[in-house]
Amino acid sequence: MNILISAVGGQGAVLASRILGKMAQNSGLDVKVSEVHGMSQRGGSVVTYVRFGEKIHSPIIEKGTADIILAFEMLEGARYVEWLKPGGTLITSSQRIDPMPVITGAAEYPEDLEERFQALPIHYKIIDALTFAKEAGNQKTVNVVLIGALAAITNIEEEKWRTAIKEAVQEKLVGINLKAFELGYENSKSMKTNRKNNEI
Amino acid sequence: MKNILLGNEAVARGAFEYGVTVASAYPGTPSTEITENIKKYESINTEWSPNEKVALEVGIGASIAGARTIVSMKHVGLNVAADALMSISYPGVNAGLLLAVADDPSQHSSQNEQDTRYFGMAAKVPILEPSDSQECKDFVGIGLEISETFDTPVILRLNTRISHSQSMVELLDQVPFQLKEYDKNPNKYIVAPAVAKKRRVVAEERLRKLEALAETTELNTVEYQSRDIGIITNGIAYQYSKEVLPEASYLKLGLSYPLPRKKITEFIRNCKTVYVIEELEPIIEEKIKSWGLSVIGKDVIPVIGELNQEIVRAAVLKERIDGVTSELTKDIPVRPPVLCPGCHHRGVFYVLNKLKLHVSGDIGCYTLAAFAPLSSMDTSICMGASIGMAFGFEKARGKEFSKKTVAVIGDSTFVHSGITGLIDVVYNQGNTTVIILDNSTTAMTGHQDHPGTGCTIRGEKSQAVDFVALAKAIGIKRIQTVDAHDITELERIVIEETQAEEPSVIITKRPCVLLKNSSLIRKPLSIKECKGCKACMKIGCPAISFSRSRAEIKKELCVGCELCTRICKFDAIKKEA
Repeated sequence: MNILISAVGGQGAVLASRILGKMAQNSGLDVKVSEVHGMSQRGGSVVTYVRFGEKIHSPIIEKGTADIILAFEMLEGARYVEWLKPGGTLITSSQRIDPMPVITGAAEYPEDLEERFQALPIHYKIIDALTFAKEAGNQKTVNVVLIGALAAITNIEEEKWRTAIKEAVQEKLVGINLKAFELGYENSKSMKTNRKNNEI
Repeated sequence: MKNILLGNEAVARGAFEYGVTVASAYPGTPSTEITENIKKYESINTEWSPNEKVALEVGIGASIAGARTIVSMKHVGLNVAADALMSISYPGVNAGLLLAVADDPSQHSSQNEQDTRYFGMAAKVPILEPSDSQECKDFVGIGLEISETFDTPVILRLNTRISHSQSMVELLDQVPFQLKEYDKNPNKYIVAPAVAKKRRVVAEERLRKLEALAETTELNTVEYQSRDIGIITNGIAYQYSKEVLPEASYLKLGLSYPLPRKKITEFIRNCKTVYVIEELEPIIEEKIKSWGLSVIGKDVIPVIGELNQEIVRAAVLKERIDGVTSELTKDIPVRPPVLCPGCHHRGVFYVLNKLKLHVSGDIGCYTLAAFAPLSSMDTSICMGASIGMAFGFEKARGKEFSKKTVAVIGDSTFVHSGITGLIDVVYNQGNTTVIILDNSTTAMTGHQDHPGTGCTIRGEKSQAVDFVALAKAIGIKRIQTVDAHDITELERIVIEETQAEEPSVIITKRPCVLLKNSSLIRKPLSIKECKGCKACMKIGCPAISFSRSRAEIKKELCVGCELCTRICKFDAIKKEA
């Protein structure tokens, strides 16, 4: 399984990839996670890769072979869509964060991203993760809301995800994060989608 | 027990398991987490050093005094520590001395992509290259043993994908390590020519012994499968190759310098076509070719940037995987990193841009101020360079030019290597104005303490460097301290100090907004009755956007620093109710 996480630096992509890594480890699978640190974390475009299965060699995902993209922001979902294999799934937060070239007026934020996703040979789901994160009690839990949405379309037991979240987040934040997971999981069904029965 | 560990975490775990008791480092992406994880082990005396040279000197001293030691840095950090490395090569070590050096191919967070193997070769010290987290841990132990057996420092060469990838690691108990006797041995450690000339011969003999080790060590493994394609590879390139070419034969070089000539020759003879797949420079390839053997390398593998499966596939198999190709991504705007909402630096660079000064910059988060809309930095070359370079501007173009110039340098960078530049300005009667951007941390690498913060790596209270007293002691007479967001006062001070006909130091104070104890995060702001003048857009705050003729503040990004309220002429920006 190849899962690419794309986000804006500071949104919690590294923690999300660690939760996925823990989940895979607890499932007894070989796993590799590749993270981004340093300069790109300052509000830049960040991408992390999570791969698990029988035996994993490379920590990075080859273009055209991702099963799932988990995007924390619409533009960041679009940016990496070529990493998906045909028939792969894009789960993206509906959040919009303007990059600096848009803020300065040097570029425009494409307004028709959803229509563009529709035209591709992929499954996609859009979820208002920020609203659910706030509902969970902390807007920083966008990452775990999205993990909930991801969990809902996989056939991995729900409990394994919960255990991984408990292991990966600070003890005092476990409650809020489990709630965020719950909200993402439950609302996954009501997400906007262009395909039914997104079982993978 | 197995656990999933980051490569850097695994190096730290290796230091713990294999009896390291002293660790030193200056933070630098992608090496920082080695030392951040080492500090968790009580048995290891750990420090953030002022710079990499001092870190290595502490390491050399610790090794001679009998402690197994690890010194960590990024690739360009080794430039700073190079004098120490070159000089300790001939004398050698007492207890094991390991330099963990992390390269950054593709320059994710670096000014260049220099290949650390050249340093190992120049210093004549062995280089180990792990290809996953398990090997990161194991190679620390093997490296320390090689260091002690062969009386040499050893380089553990990492890179971004090794350091920042997690994979499974078998955890073992700590092997107790007894401190060796202090090696009081001037005939080894005084590098005066009379001693060093003798050690020069020893170093050469050591290299011959290491070449013999390279032939037999399990670090260099041969896997014969189909002999149509043979791959000679090292580090992360092994993993990319294995995935694309699972059926090929492999010679994996865990010890990538010095090379095992016999082993390589035999491997090449046993395979039909042999590729050398190495990231960055063609070091293995050129050495093999110098022996008159035929391999394919940089003819098909790029010398620039990281490798990956796609590159290996295209190079060897002439194939590519058809994924989702789309026109969609063509007009996607780039998202470069930016200064955070509430950042210390935004006010300073807003003022520098307004005054249209020549700005000699340095390395840190503030380098981001070089880009639009702040666009207020002309140069940024290497750690600490801003001050010397600003003085160079003055030397070339005179005092009037200097009055339109400032050097800007972060607090951690100033301690790292800015102080000597400032001494030069005073000593050689310069006029240069230096702004120390004091945000009380090493922010870019993830908030490490440094000698200016008054806190050690483990959070113990320590003596903080007093920048004002330091500047005075150097001989600077004009020193002013100001809140980095008090832009009116800051502008007045910058004009005053650049005009002064003597050197001056301005210290802008305001802690990094991301620091855990930051009191700066307040209620978000909002804009009422915006006139659409776009003045607030000039500060390049990610929380402010402009659409339909008015500026808007994104609540979820705003931290309430109120810098924009000082820019808005119409008093339209208010705290959220």
